[in-house]
Amino acid sequence: MTPEEVCQILKSEFGEAIEDALLEGAHPCAKVAAHRWGEVATFLRDDSRLRFNLLRSITAIDMLADDKLACVYDVMHIPTDAPAELVTTTIIFAVRIEVDRNAPSIPSVASLWPAADWHEREAFDMMGIDFPGHPDLRRILCCDDWVGYPLRKDYDFPLEYHGIPATTEFELTNPRH
Amino acid sequence: MADTVFEASPDTMIDYDSSQQGDLRTEEMLINMGPQHPSTHGVLRVVLRTDGEMVLEAIPHIGYLHRCAEKIGEAVQPYQYVPYTDRMDYLAGMNNNQAFSLAIERLCGIEVPPRGETIRVAFAELNRIASHLVSLGTYGLDMGAFTPFLYCFREREMILDLFEAACGARLTYSYITPGGVHDDLPASWVERCLEFLDYFETKISDYNNLLSFNHIFVKRTSRVGVISIDDAIGYGLTGPCLRGSGIRWDLRKTAPYDGYENYDFDIPIAKPGGTDEIPEGVIVGDCWSRYWVRVLEMTESVKIIRQALGRLPNGDFIAPKMKNIKLPEDEVYVEVENPRGQLGFLVAGDKSAIPSRVKARGPSFCNLCITEKACKNVMLADVPAIIGSIDVVMGEVDR
Repeated sequence: MTPEEVCQILKSEFGEAIEDALLEGAHPCAKVAAHRWGEVATFLRDDSRLRFNLLRSITAIDMLADDKLACVYDVMHIPTDAPAELVTTTIIFAVRIEVDRNAPSIPSVASLWPAADWHEREAFDMMGIDFPGHPDLRRILCCDDWVGYPLRKDYDFPLEYHGIPATTEFELTNPRH
Repeated sequence: MADTVFEASPDTMIDYDSSQQGDLRTEEMLINMGPQHPSTHGVLRVVLRTDGEMVLEAIPHIGYLHRCAEKIGEAVQPYQYVPYTDRMDYLAGMNNNQAFSLAIERLCGIEVPPRGETIRVAFAELNRIASHLVSLGTYGLDMGAFTPFLYCFREREMILDLFEAACGARLTYSYITPGGVHDDLPASWVERCLEFLDYFETKISDYNNLLSFNHIFVKRTSRVGVISIDDAIGYGLTGPCLRGSGIRWDLRKTAPYDGYENYDFDIPIAKPGGTDEIPEGVIVGDCWSRYWVRVLEMTESVKIIRQALGRLPNGDFIAPKMKNIKLPEDEVYVEVENPRGQLGFLVAGDKSAIPSRVKARGPSFCNLCITEKACKNVMLADVPAIIGSIDVVMGEVDR
């Protein structure tokens, strides 16, 4: 099944909630409205035609120029009916959700795909996206008292942490962050 | 007070033979395992809530090796970023280079010359063997078997010598780069490699005699940390951890890259004890199964390398003009089969030479998140067995 067909199925099922089908690029995906994401995700996982049971990755992207944050969900189908048989084809798909940069919030899918637990924590830690419904949303890579969201484009590099000075080279070279 | 002398008298000593025996109470205790602990394979910290010997809960804490690799990706050009990918999964540098290079090639539509592609496959598979050798050896260490570790490292050393001959580095290679590989093979490298393969194939039975079928090792790892197929997929496990639960799933077969579709090899999966040569007591999805899949994969990698070296075409090994390439305003997500599972890179461009976003989906990161579930209500001594069988590299978990 191609991404176009998956988009067709989603459109006929959810109509308005599928805002756009971005099929031209190297990473075809469907743009989904954030408030309907919970339903769409359940459908993606449980519908007998799709059954996307593997959540591969969640990527948070900062779209500073548009004043938005995006989350890209990459999913895949692994057939489990005959596990000992070699699988040579698969269906892959991606969903893109764009939210307001000032109050970014996307419903959590950790109850659908347990793998989302850590990916969402990472997106929260690095980009500051809130995932309502997540069982334990806290920082994962940075320490708990870290200030700011490092992967945002307008992040200010801290010059000091608990009395530990950051590299003095920073002021000299001023790298592009 | 100073001259009070405590003496053990028979009536203050605990009488183990009396009926008090049934009243022994245990208390819940929090034990901090790591971040500096020999069997957490790096700076992983696990907080264990125990009751006697039972672990009621194990909560992993990560981030001790976070080096902002994704942020750096937004500041350098792709060919400059390749060395950073080496430092993610530092036991499988070649495979990491390959994943990132493939992402850039798909994004920019670069064609890799056939010779470059074939060299890549050979090196990726050699690195898979080297990585599995470390995994085998250190897993033996975790289980108290010191000797196999030295044997595994002896053979790994030879692979590192081969890598050194080709690219000068022994751990962080940056050999595979966008467009191909950055140098051609040195003279007589192919012969040296074939010689090593002949030698190595005879050694796998040594590991099996020393470790795989060792009675103590089998007892420590079979029926421990069993992960069902549904859990494995739900938690995003890939690679040997997924195949250890009994699914024949490998990206080299389902979504081939770098010409893997032209090679003849099998995908080994876990099987229940009693079949083939698998010891009794092993069940699909336990620690021993995950370990065994790695052993079998090494033989398959040898097959692939032989085929690759046998058909090595002449010609260019890298596409021309690979520096200062402008990335189109598009994004791409590419996954390859690393020794530890599916390593994915999402790269987004914005018409400049520097990517606007680089995201790495590390298989270790995704595999590790099952720890909390797999280490519930197990014996304390099983925790290193379970974490070791998942085979994480912290450099990739924290990036």
